[in-house]
Amino acid sequence: MLNISQLNVYYGESHILRNVDLNVTAGQMVCLIGRNGVGKTTLLKTIMGLLKPRLGTIKYKGEEIGKRTTDRRAKMGIGYVPQGREIIPRVTVKENLLLGLEARPQGRKGKQDIPDHIFELFPVLKTMLSRMGGDLSGGQQQQLAIARALMGEPQLLLLDEPTEGIQPSIILEIENAVKGIIKTTGISVLLVEQHLHFVRQADRYYAMQKGGIVASGSTSELSQDVIQQFLAV
Amino acid sequence: MLQLFFGLFNGISIGSVLLIAALGLAVVFGLMGVINLAHGELMMLGAYTTFVVQNIFKMLGDPWFGAYIFVALPVAFIVAALVGLALERGVIRFLYGRPLETLLATWGVSLILRQFVRSVNGVLAIGLVVFCLLFFGAWVLLSRRLDWQKIRNGVLTILVFLSTGIATVTGFLLSGQKALAKPWFSARNVDVTAPAWLRGGLPLGNFQIPYARIFIIILTIACIVGLYLFFNRSNWGLRIRAVTQNRQMSACLGIPTNQVDALTFALGSGLAGIAGVAITLLGSVGPNTGQNYIVDTFMVVVVGGVGNLLGSIIAAMAIGTVTYLVGSGTIALLFSQNSALQGIFDFFTFFADSSMAKVMVFALIITFLQFKPAGIFPQKGRTAEL
Repeated sequence: MLNISQLNVYYGESHILRNVDLNVTAGQMVCLIGRNGVGKTTLLKTIMGLLKPRLGTIKYKGEEIGKRTTDRRAKMGIGYVPQGREIIPRVTVKENLLLGLEARPQGRKGKQDIPDHIFELFPVLKTMLSRMGGDLSGGQQQQLAIARALMGEPQLLLLDEPTEGIQPSIILEIENAVKGIIKTTGISVLLVEQHLHFVRQADRYYAMQKGGIVASGSTSELSQDVIQQFLAV
Repeated sequence: MLQLFFGLFNGISIGSVLLIAALGLAVVFGLMGVINLAHGELMMLGAYTTFVVQNIFKMLGDPWFGAYIFVALPVAFIVAALVGLALERGVIRFLYGRPLETLLATWGVSLILRQFVRSVNGVLAIGLVVFCLLFFGAWVLLSRRLDWQKIRNGVLTILVFLSTGIATVTGFLLSGQKALAKPWFSARNVDVTAPAWLRGGLPLGNFQIPYARIFIIILTIACIVGLYLFFNRSNWGLRIRAVTQNRQMSACLGIPTNQVDALTFALGSGLAGIAGVAITLLGSVGPNTGQNYIVDTFMVVVVGGVGNLLGSIIAAMAIGTVTYLVGSGTIALLFSQNSALQGIFDFFTFFADSSMAKVMVFALIITFLQFKPAGIFPQKGRTAEL
């Protein structure tokens, strides 16, 4: 599904990602762990095309996408839920959701309805449709951000710390929603997460340190050592 | 009572001229954050388009002539929007996020456009058409080659020189023809005759309300309603709102931000074209017409709060009303009865002509911006992040 090899990314002259190799196979949930500032978000942004790599290739469904613009990548089926949610603040919740339809190949033509399964996953959104996106609470915005990405029917979903700064009960809701999505739609998920319980839901993990991948494996083998070293809990 | 109504009408009338000129800028500067100093020239192009359409309709004779303005409106919109589109694709998109360079570049474009209408003639037009056909034609043909990306820069450089050369030679050969070498508009002002039904006015007591002014007010309202519906009801409107609020995230959702930029700019430019039609009803138009409006329009957008349509509307009406009340001496009259207030009367009499009224309005605006630097409705947009 997604194959990244020898990826090197710089911010100006500072070397952020060093020779990153990472694979996500179809239907798999892969978790990226590591302390703050090791380059996890940078990696997701580079996959999305918001940052340009200096070296290395990103292949999606076997096709090199390094030269594609961000909106083309979204249209190819990569959904992105960024850190900090990035809800469009002064359009309504409904419009935020409808904007998610842009990523579908046929766009937003003729479609003005939000499918029921979105509300089954996130019932809270149904009561807020006419509110401004920027007026929602953090947890609601996070649910909206995931729902918005799902509206585009992505095949690969990039989730950047979806539980950051959110109350435990909503973390569970989001966790269950993500698990439900994978089960029902069979999409692949690349998750950046610090919350251990959520990390354990993934099939595989990659651990990052100083801009490089330093460990990887199945999450069932995630030892206390690795957790100590890379999550610092 | 009637006098008050008349004063108010005149204020709204001046305000609506300001507003229709500023609407396009409210989109381009307010939403996109692009300082386009060529905005006045886009209005000027709209005005000249009206002149051309009017001349064509003059040939058609009388029943048709009265309707020319309804043809001029869409044509002026399209002409200005196309020029704006070319300006965005050719110049401005390389300068997003760099306001100073944009300012200089668009000022240059405004000089070019002004000189263009002064000197445009058959020879220049043919030369331009030849250049465009050769340059873009060759571009389209050659871009089908597989190795186009590799040879692109070199080939385009050669093409520019080659097409310019051929176009210049063509122009040189044709310049002997008197009929072709005659300037179309020249540097002098041209007069657009208003259709008969827009001349004269509605009598109301001792006063008369000019039909042309009523038409401009209605046109302004129509533009505002149209713009509102476009932004709030259409797919592209939603895309524009999303991109102006959060560009990166909009791209991540699959919105083609380049196309949205081009469309937004073309829309703002097209509105300038419509404003150009409106100003032909107020007086003669010349190459420098746009310059008379550019300061006023920026003033309206800044006072209203960048990125806010409602703010622009209120600002335009307030500025229009104050300008009229001060300029016509209405305020001075209020103090004329009381001899104790002679000083205030003299003060306002001093400002009671149109240019001095403008001085006072500017002073008031400067004071206002000291207290509310972000305008009536301060708002965040892409400009806030620059």
